[in-house]
Amino acid sequence: MSKIIDVTMPSLGADMTEGTLVEWQAKPGDTLNKGDIIALLETQKGMIDMEVYQQGVITELLLEPVVSVPVGTVMARMSVAGEAARPAAPEASYPVAQAAAIKSPPVTSDQSQQTVIPQPNRPRQGLLASPVVRKLAAEQQLDLSRLSGSGPEGAILLRDLPANGPEANAAGSPDPAQAMRSAIAAAMAKSKREIPHYYLSLEIDITRAQRWLADFNAERGPEERILLLALLLKAVARSLHKYPALNGYYQQQTFTPNSAIHIGNVISLREGGLVVPAIHDVDQLSVEEIMVRLRDMSERSRRGVLRSSELLDASITVSNMGERGSDLLFGVIYPPQVAIIGIGKPRKTMLIKDDQPELAEVVTVSLAADHRVSDGMTGARFLNALANKLQKPEKL
Amino acid sequence: MTYREALSAGIEAALNADPRTFLMGEDVGRYGGCYAVSKGLLDKYGETRIIDTPLCESGFVGVGIGAALGGMRPIVEIMTVNFSLLAMDQIVNTAATLRHMSGGQFNVPVVFRMACGAGKQLAAQHSHSWENLYAHIPGLKVISPGTHTDARFMLAQALADPDPVIIFEHVMLLNESGEVAGQAEAPMEKALVRRQGQDVSLIAYGGNLHKAQAAAGQLAAEGISAEVVDLRCLRPLDKATLLASVAKTHRAVIIDEGWHSGSLAGEISAIIMEEGFWYLDAPVKRVCSAEVPIPYPAHLEQAAIPQVETIVAMAKAVMEGR
Repeated sequence: MSKIIDVTMPSLGADMTEGTLVEWQAKPGDTLNKGDIIALLETQKGMIDMEVYQQGVITELLLEPVVSVPVGTVMARMSVAGEAARPAAPEASYPVAQAAAIKSPPVTSDQSQQTVIPQPNRPRQGLLASPVVRKLAAEQQLDLSRLSGSGPEGAILLRDLPANGPEANAAGSPDPAQAMRSAIAAAMAKSKREIPHYYLSLEIDITRAQRWLADFNAERGPEERILLLALLLKAVARSLHKYPALNGYYQQQTFTPNSAIHIGNVISLREGGLVVPAIHDVDQLSVEEIMVRLRDMSERSRRGVLRSSELLDASITVSNMGERGSDLLFGVIYPPQVAIIGIGKPRKTMLIKDDQPELAEVVTVSLAADHRVSDGMTGARFLNALANKLQKPEKL
Repeated sequence: MTYREALSAGIEAALNADPRTFLMGEDVGRYGGCYAVSKGLLDKYGETRIIDTPLCESGFVGVGIGAALGGMRPIVEIMTVNFSLLAMDQIVNTAATLRHMSGGQFNVPVVFRMACGAGKQLAAQHSHSWENLYAHIPGLKVISPGTHTDARFMLAQALADPDPVIIFEHVMLLNESGEVAGQAEAPMEKALVRRQGQDVSLIAYGGNLHKAQAAAGQLAAEGISAEVVDLRCLRPLDKATLLASVAKTHRAVIIDEGWHSGSLAGEISAIIMEEGFWYLDAPVKRVCSAEVPIPYPAHLEQAAIPQVETIVAMAKAVMEGR
């Protein structure tokens, strides 16, 4: 005797509420054994091969890929041998949530499980969007699934975007400061939501670096003087070579290190907001060249004439508050980058060297990095390497 | 000045400017042109420069091409675009190809003028819009003056071009009065934005340009800011201008009196899909003619061709993303 059982969207973790069926790996009539792959799923944890937990024959595939459905949604039906079909006593290897999902469909518990069948032909809800909306969403890293569309079949149109609401359209031109705030909000919210940050800081003795700078700048006019930041950027760039896990992009569940070192510099605008243009190939530049780029970039940022490549291809960011800042700042990683370095304001303090107190100048450098890509030990090694580089400023 | 007078002034200026220029076609002399555009020119310029031809499109179009090859600057008038199909072999197989087939040794600097379009109750054989047939052919340039200034100055630009140029003059414009500027507004191959707008691009040319402008006026009263793009030149198309407009408004409605399927509007829509897709916030829409031979009865004729109300309704649908 055989009976028909439901194959449902499994829960692969406490935070998983829905999953995406990307592809069926089996077809009706196929006989599957326990542990065979029936489908490819995409979840927040990446692509997952979905196994079946019973031996049986697939009778029906109820969903058309690609489609996102809540955990517990019936995806397919299988014909299994009589008593063995009962899921009441799952084996130890079952994910617990899977068993729970089978027992109690999450949405409408008063309905019987068989009725929770999504319509295969229905368009993916919330995922219809006009081309310009898709383009802007990609640029501003907006999560379209969080918006509701006012177009045909719920399509998301321009007017449904936060910065393009009816008020913005009625006003003729959207307020650029507000648009920038929205863009920063979208990127930072995505970062805080998706990137598991870890934070480290290290107090770095910059007495030698400051002395070297003072000597260097002594006989130079104001236009040719070098700021500490240029030296720090060079030291960061030189240190990054050994720590590729901090320099690159995390996209589609994959980290790709960047062989070039493009450092984004956070620049505050007078009218509010930030831009983060990149200096390309910082490791290849002399400290003087870095200084020239920094001056040029902050000047152009304020005039609003940055190049798109400068705004798009930073592979790590440095945030520096300068003299009027705080002792320590922890940055929020700018996705899809995987690390941000914060530089506090330089300050004088007493350091103990060879058991003797000594007046020194220090700066606290922080690192916020993506735990999906690297661990604290990597970050700490990097910060120490940076500190070492700064002890020999003449070599930078 | 009427559109007819503007065309006539353009021809006269061309005849005055270059002794190699002459006008030939059916009824252009004694009768003054079937739409009275060349009325009075025979008396003024004589039979060697205003030449009546027999009812033989293939023949006199061929003569025009030969004259152009021989160093003259002929203006050949074909009563309506419908009759030009009789001369299509000459235009498509000879005029359009000779420069290419001679390896650039022979240009064919001939200009063909033809009336086009519906609205005068002339029934199917005198009312069609075949512009797209010619706009399809490499080797030809196809222009369509939608304003009085273009009617006045595009002929000179066409004559200055070393290759065959076809000018389409919409019959419904002939009696319209309008201002003529002192000189040409732009090179003939450039599309012009006739009205600035933010919300939707109405892309039109020739006889439908003023309908698009009227629709833009009505839309403005309802709070929709429509931009009107006048193509002016149907081959080559000024892609940059129309794509820039779509990039600004994110929406496009194309107005074309050709039939819906296989229309020039379809080509423009494809260009927007290929090169402007990521700027769109709604599907591109076309307002074209019904798929019937243009009817004779006035109400059916009007029902068959693009109208201001249709354009307004289509623009509103596009604003909703439909």
